[in-house]
Amino acid sequence: MSRIIVVTSGKGGVGKTTTTSNLGAALAKQNRSVALIDADFGLRNLDLLLGLEERVVYTAIDVLAGECRLAQALVKDKRLKGLVLLPAAQNRNKESVNPEQMKKIATALAKGYDYILIDCPAGIELGFRNAISAANEALIVTTPEVAAVRDADRVIGLLEAEGVNKISLIVNRVKPLMVEENKMMSVEDVLELLGVPLIGVVPDDEKVIVATNKGEPLVLGEYESVPAQAYSNIARRLEGEKVPFLDLMANQGNLLSRLRRMFGG
Amino acid sequence: MLFPWNNNTDSRNHAKSRLKLIIAHDRASINPDMMEAMREEILDVVARYVEVDREEMQFSLSNDQRMTSLTANLPIRQIKRIGDLQEQLKENKSINLQKIEVVEFDQEAETNAKSK
Ligand SMILES: Nc1ncnc2c1ncn2[C@@H]1O[C@H](COP(=O)(O)OP(=O)(O)OP(=O)(O)O)[C@@H](O)[C@H]1O
Ligand SMILES: [Mg+2]
Repeated sequence: MSRIIVVTSGKGGVGKTTTTSNLGAALAKQNRSVALIDADFGLRNLDLLLGLEERVVYTAIDVLAGECRLAQALVKDKRLKGLVLLPAAQNRNKESVNPEQMKKIATALAKGYDYILIDCPAGIELGFRNAISAANEALIVTTPEVAAVRDADRVIGLLEAEGVNKISLIVNRVKPLMVEENKMMSVEDVLELLGVPLIGVVPDDEKVIVATNKGEPLVLGEYESVPAQAYSNIARRLEGEKVPFLDLMANQGNLLSRLRRMFGG
Repeated sequence: MLFPWNNNTDSRNHAKSRLKLIIAHDRASINPDMMEAMREEILDVVARYVEVDREEMQFSLSNDQRMTSLTANLPIRQIKRIGDLQEQLKENKSINLQKIEVVEFDQEAETNAKSK
């Protein structure tokens, strides 16, 4: 049975699209077939993050209008066997699709792929309802900041009300040094507040931005960076493997911070 | 100060305690006005039976995992006399006064009451 998973957050800019693209690539690298759906109509970005923007011909709107077949609209990633993208229309707004239609598309794709990941737009309006309509699981992306956590809680409530009960949490952009200095909430803090199971922790890392610039998912990098490893681990946990969470602090080793730690700073 | 970097404000716990409160409110979808109204009504009911310290009372929403609960902490100044109760509850037929235990006051509570 294939799994339809929506990647959502409530608050904008916390890393939904980054998560969708990197997790999709990580799953494909682990030999799963994956279809990514960009549900952010009017503000599509998933194609850019994947480096596939020049190969987009048709979009989900064309499929719905009967202008092309579903298979024709899918953009295949040449670097990763089994990874495809269904692009959103850029010149339309969110009102041009309804939840029923989104559900139809996602269910049709589910016949041919192990995973369907849906990149949800920010907010809790129609775009959100479209994106969650077909999902039976959700990944909540949040950062350890007050507004993001609050919105995440709201979205968890809405998902539960819609009967999406398999919900896991990804805490993105964690800054271990700030946490140690009690300037930022820890992953444990966020977990305690939100009360849903944790599936991933991704550090705030400039390599994420570099990868975005290149249009190259992190797991395709030459060596396995810490954020790449974080996404691979999420993919493995989705597959049911028990993988310990990364010790982000271990990678934070400048002299000053180590001294502070030694002196209980 | 020996280690000046120790001197940072603890914004982590600040964030956490603010969120605890706001999330509990969001989940219960109770706005501050509703909270206030509810507080007053509950206090009125309780005040029929016991004298509560309105200054010291605490009334809050909190959550544990995904369960939200309302906690009222009402320090009791003194228990009312059965006579007072009878007086106040004249109209309220639903309460059977025979079943309410008569509580002995301690000396201090008595004096406090007189000195008012
Ligand atoms: N772990 C990270 N480390 C550093 N930068 C990050 C990380 N995750 C995301 N970013 C950056 O944050 C920005 C927002 O990310 P992204 O577009 O994935 O968010 P989004 O939730 O999809 O936003 P929107 O709500 O607008 O769709 C991007 O510039 C991205 O490069
Ligand atoms: Mg996005």
